Amino acid sequence: MKNWKTTVLAGTALLAWAAAAQAETVKVGVVLTYSGGAAEFGQQVDRGMNLYMKKHAEELGSNKIELIKRDSKRPGGDIAKNAVQQLITRDKVDMLAGFIFSPNAMASAPLATQGKVPMVIMNAGTAWIPSLSPYIARVSFSMWQSGYPMGGYAADKLGCKTAAVGYTDYPPGKDSLNAFKTGFEKAGGKVVDAVPMGGPREVPDFTPFFQRIKDAGPDCLYVFVPAGNHATAVVKTYNDLGMRDAGTMLIGPGDITQDTKLQGMGDGAEGLITMHHYSADYDTPANREFVEAWKAEYGADSTPDFMAVAGWDGMAAIFHVIKTMDGKIDAEGAIEALKGWTYDSPRGPIMIDAETRDIVHDENVHKVIKKDGRLAIEVIDTIKQVKDPCKELKVGKCGQ
Amino acid sequence: MDQLFNVAVSILFDGLAYAMILFIISVGLSVTMGLMGFVNLAHGAFAMAGGYATVSVMNGLGVPFPLALVIAFFLVGAVSVLFERVLYARLYKATELDQVMLSIGLVFMAIAAFTFFYGPAPLTFQAPDYLKGQIDLGFREFPTYRVFMICVGLAMIAALWFGFERTSLGAQIRAAVDNRRMAQSLGIDVDRLFTLTFALGSGLAALGGGLAIEIVGMSPGFAIQYLVFFLIVVAVGGLGSIRGAFVAALVLGIIDNAGKYLWPEGGAFFIYAVTIALLLIKPAGLFGRQA
Amino acid sequence: MGAPPDISAAAAFMERRHRWRPAEALPWLAAVAAFFLFPDYTAFGTQVLIMILFALSLDLIMGYAGIVTLGHAAYFGAGAYAAGMLSAHLGWGEPLTGLMIAGLTAAAVGFVSGVVLLRYHGLTLLMLTLATAIMLQELANVQEEITGGFDGLLGISIDPIFGLFENDLWGRTYYWYALIVLFALFLIARRIVYSPFGQSLSGIRENVGRMHAIGSPVHRRLVTVYTISAGMAGIAGGLFAQSNAFVTLDVLSFARSGAVLIMLILGGTGRLYGAFVGATVYMVLEDELAKLSPEFWEFGIGLLLVLTVLFARRGLLGLIEDLGARFGKAKP
Repeated sequence: MKNWKTTVLAGTALLAWAAAAQAETVKVGVVLTYSGGAAEFGQQVDRGMNLYMKKHAEELGSNKIELIKRDSKRPGGDIAKNAVQQLITRDKVDMLAGFIFSPNAMASAPLATQGKVPMVIMNAGTAWIPSLSPYIARVSFSMWQSGYPMGGYAADKLGCKTAAVGYTDYPPGKDSLNAFKTGFEKAGGKVVDAVPMGGPREVPDFTPFFQRIKDAGPDCLYVFVPAGNHATAVVKTYNDLGMRDAGTMLIGPGDITQDTKLQGMGDGAEGLITMHHYSADYDTPANREFVEAWKAEYGADSTPDFMAVAGWDGMAAIFHVIKTMDGKIDAEGAIEALKGWTYDSPRGPIMIDAETRDIVHDENVHKVIKKDGRLAIEVIDTIKQVKDPCKELKVGKCGQ
Repeated sequence: MDQLFNVAVSILFDGLAYAMILFIISVGLSVTMGLMGFVNLAHGAFAMAGGYATVSVMNGLGVPFPLALVIAFFLVGAVSVLFERVLYARLYKATELDQVMLSIGLVFMAIAAFTFFYGPAPLTFQAPDYLKGQIDLGFREFPTYRVFMICVGLAMIAALWFGFERTSLGAQIRAAVDNRRMAQSLGIDVDRLFTLTFALGSGLAALGGGLAIEIVGMSPGFAIQYLVFFLIVVAVGGLGSIRGAFVAALVLGIIDNAGKYLWPEGGAFFIYAVTIALLLIKPAGLFGRQA
Repeated sequence: MGAPPDISAAAAFMERRHRWRPAEALPWLAAVAAFFLFPDYTAFGTQVLIMILFALSLDLIMGYAGIVTLGHAAYFGAGAYAAGMLSAHLGWGEPLTGLMIAGLTAAAVGFVSGVVLLRYHGLTLLMLTLATAIMLQELANVQEEITGGFDGLLGISIDPIFGLFENDLWGRTYYWYALIVLFALFLIARRIVYSPFGQSLSGIRENVGRMHAIGSPVHRRLVTVYTISAGMAGIAGGLFAQSNAFVTLDVLSFARSGAVLIMLILGGTGRLYGAFVGATVYMVLEDELAKLSPEFWEFGIGLLLVLTVLFARRGLLGLIEDLGARFGKAKP
């Protein structure tokens, strides 16, 4: 009898313990640009995150994950910061994720520190963002990662002796310009003109900028514009002005051959060379699986791009943290778990650098080709495991 | 010398092409604002709708691009009549502030609605092959699409000039712009004129939207992103003046292009400075009547 | 022509108008109650208070003097950058003097632009104010070294208020700080609109020609009220910079100028409290709708604006008054 009682007690205790272990629901505050001109970016990241969650739901075991989504609207910082503040104080989120525009991430960074909430950045590309809070880890990219190697590649392999740079006049554009210029001039090239081409909000008529560059006649034209409408207009204007025949090769970071925009550029895009870390056309098992799942989920017409893969990888990072800590998240532990984390991403092998908490991934040289009647990306060269050159070279704020 | 000539031709030509889109979209706004005194900030939304209509009929019905532009013109013009009758007509006598509020409200709703139905991504659009590439005009080559834009723009100006200056309907509209009460007492049906003019203005906006896709792309945000430029053209040109809208579009288009070509570091600073200077000197616009 | 005008009657009229009505305590009680009822919303509440102050500054010129502008963010932004740069570059973190300098800077910008711009009217003025604000935004964008450009001004650090009250994660301190600043400036605004100066502004709004005819220095009065309004907007901007510890180009944007205009019309112009109702309703609704549907909340806001224009032409406060009047009539 006594024995039986003990057994029941022990059993109940065990059950209670198990229930407690089961009950962990990890709340993740997602701050993305869901409305307005940049809503498309928010949608891509959001879809990437959701897809990962759906495909890997069982891996969390008894733990659960709950997303609380907030719209950061504009790149003004204040709305994102307010959203983050509410997420921390009212919704008591365990982690933060998302952030399309750099200013939104920068404005929110102090709250991550103050509220001790780990923050996974899924787009914002200004190089020195991870240094703003010890609880930030970035899974997306820095503008330097594509621009700097492209500079060297253009001079060494593409035979560019002179280049002009056209860039959208805001920090990512200036980062990309500096990165390319540093790499290009180190390899012996010469940047003959750097043309700021308006702000990121509305797409300008690129004709006057390109006409100016065409008249200067450089070997290469390196262009950075934000993903979205801009890129299509760039390629169309390049072709309309007949710059290829005039002997100027259009190159750039992969933002200008973004997967979602590629088909809209028309055949004129054929032959473009860009440097980037992701395209939906990568022929690897991880990517084939990802793209297939994506098309099954969001329709055959839709395609993931580098923003979507950042959402996917970011969610993989969050899952890794939840699994490592068994659902009981604290900021120090989460960041420790992420430091040095490696993952076989659709973009290839990635790692979170233990020192800078920034992404390390392969940069691939993309060439636009025509395949089965549609435009596609062919990888013609790869630069393995690129760490953010801005921090490696200690440029400007990256050196502090 | 030769190069200088080339640069000048580039700036003038590209500026002219750019000015045509500005003109086509802005002229409708100028006439409705001048005629009805209605501050219609939703004008860009009609342009955006025109862009979507163009691509929809092209992809959905396989209609060729030029015809699609015509369909967009009539479709959006017709739909705008509905808005004019149901919403705008109630506010003709209201204050500017109420008009601003109504039209901004419509812009918000339009952006959300188009995002809902078409998604936030920009439209995928291909101009027909015969409009791509370059065309040789004897002394040098020009981008074909821009030449096409200039042709459409010039045709529109000719048509509008003829319509306004040489037809009785045009005379009625001009009369109503000049002195609405007098026009009314002469038996002109001003209400009907308003509806017609509004439809024409919205249709032109739609046409401009359709033409603009190839140059700057098209997404729901178009409804608000370029609004400031259209307003500037209207203000600089002078309310209700077709000639004014044309000259303003031309001046601003060419100056903007020159600024971007010669001094890209100046950014948008240049064009706003020019606008302010012009308005300080000619407050009623280049061809507006002094208030 | 008979007896001299009865000045005492006019004085009594002015005094009657100036007297506080019991209903005027309502917004302030609501603001205090909101602090205790919604303890998790204080940081958001602070932003609402800041926008109320900004809308109030606009009401001074738009509602009372009839100056319609699409560029009022110029002064909000000038104040925000002044307060922000004071701390980020000069290390001056004392909040109250920071606010004063924000207000003075914005007032100076307002004075200079007012002297030039207020000679114009209607659409021309609308476009001039709009272009001025955008020019300032471009200037801030280009002067990246001192403003931080698109990425924003980092490194703002504000001292505790009076050296005693530090802001926390919930923003509780700043709620009181903003509320007290708002109240103080509201008293000034109320004083102005009920003064003879304020009356003359209404006169200019209603009939400029006649005001000229009776020898009123119209331009000087307009510039004066414009400068005061710009100063208030600048203080609102200063509060914004201090409470967010962050300033971006957005403070100078067309979107912000448009938003404050809409908030004011929504609440009702020319009645001081319209700013309170409009800013609160707009911001709370936007916040809640964006939580419901991060993608399509704009539709709801747009619908609100359209319905307000159709059914509450004089703004929400006007609607309340109309309903009150009807209700009052029904009951003898």
